[in-house]
Amino acid sequence: MRIRNTRKLEEEQIELQMTPMIDIVFQLLVFFVMTFKVVAQEGDFNIKMPLASESTGIPEDQPLPPMRLVLRSDDEGNLAGISLNDQPFTNFREVNEYVRSLIGDSSGPNGDAFRDSAEIEIDSDYLLKYSNVIAAVTAVTGYVDQNDKVVKLVEKIKFAPPKPAPAQQAQ
Amino acid sequence: MRIRSRSSKGAEGDLTPMIDMTFQLIAFFMVLINFTEADQNEKITLPTSVLAKPPEVPFEHPIFVQLQDNGRVIFGTDDVPISAIKKYLGREVNYLRYAEKSPSDATVIIRADSDAPTGDVQQVIQMCQELKFDRFALRAKEEVN
Repeated sequence: MRIRNTRKLEEEQIELQMTPMIDIVFQLLVFFVMTFKVVAQEGDFNIKMPLASESTGIPEDQPLPPMRLVLRSDDEGNLAGISLNDQPFTNFREVNEYVRSLIGDSSGPNGDAFRDSAEIEIDSDYLLKYSNVIAAVTAVTGYVDQNDKVVKLVEKIKFAPPKPAPAQQAQ
Repeated sequence: MRIRSRSSKGAEGDLTPMIDMTFQLIAFFMVLINFTEADQNEKITLPTSVLAKPPEVPFEHPIFVQLQDNGRVIFGTDDVPISAIKKYLGREVNYLRYAEKSPSDATVIIRADSDAPTGDVQQVIQMCQELKFDRFALRAKEEVN
């Protein structure tokens, strides 16, 4: 401050024009505020599913037979029935608990082997709304434990061959 | 301050703190802005899932297929019926081949509407499989609980 004062006494102060800079800065600010949108994060379920899905029988190194999750729908596309390995379930929470009892809690040396080799096939009706499939995939791939950590269950997921559309079915 | 007002004519506010704050705000919004919305479409309501966590590593060759609930697919900027996506996928295959990659190096990211029939999703998957794509990602919105 002292320096400035002495200089001021000696010469005319050169004023820095602040107004244009502030104008632009505010414009930038307004731009970013306007374009800012809180978007929910999106995540993926990875599926590796080559076409060659002709069943060659159960490979011998599989401790668990492949599971088969059947999803039935009504005419509107709503979920009408769930069954896993021919066992009926009423909601996906039960499916999740069942899969957990089958895989998640199998401790010991085989636990991880179970988890790695477990495979599930989803067989869904044509009209079923896709959100149900995601719910099913969620139920079998894992769960969130008390510490907000994701515990993985079955990671290998495949789809049964698609069924014909209902219109084609009628013909 | 008294000294200054005595020496110069008009009283002048100190702009430095304001500019500091404004720049900070700009930096904040700049960092948060995401332009990846180009890959997203407003018409599609993704299903939600508690397990949908954003991928840690971005996919090497993502191919976005966006399936609406009316059975039409948005591929890039075009809105086409499902049967027409083969042409677009074929283009992607050519592009991959040009980059000396095979279709199995690419990941087909399926953003399907939560009300879309599963059969449509499976049709899309089947068409991709016929072109030797075998990595798929079913996209879902993270459910905040």
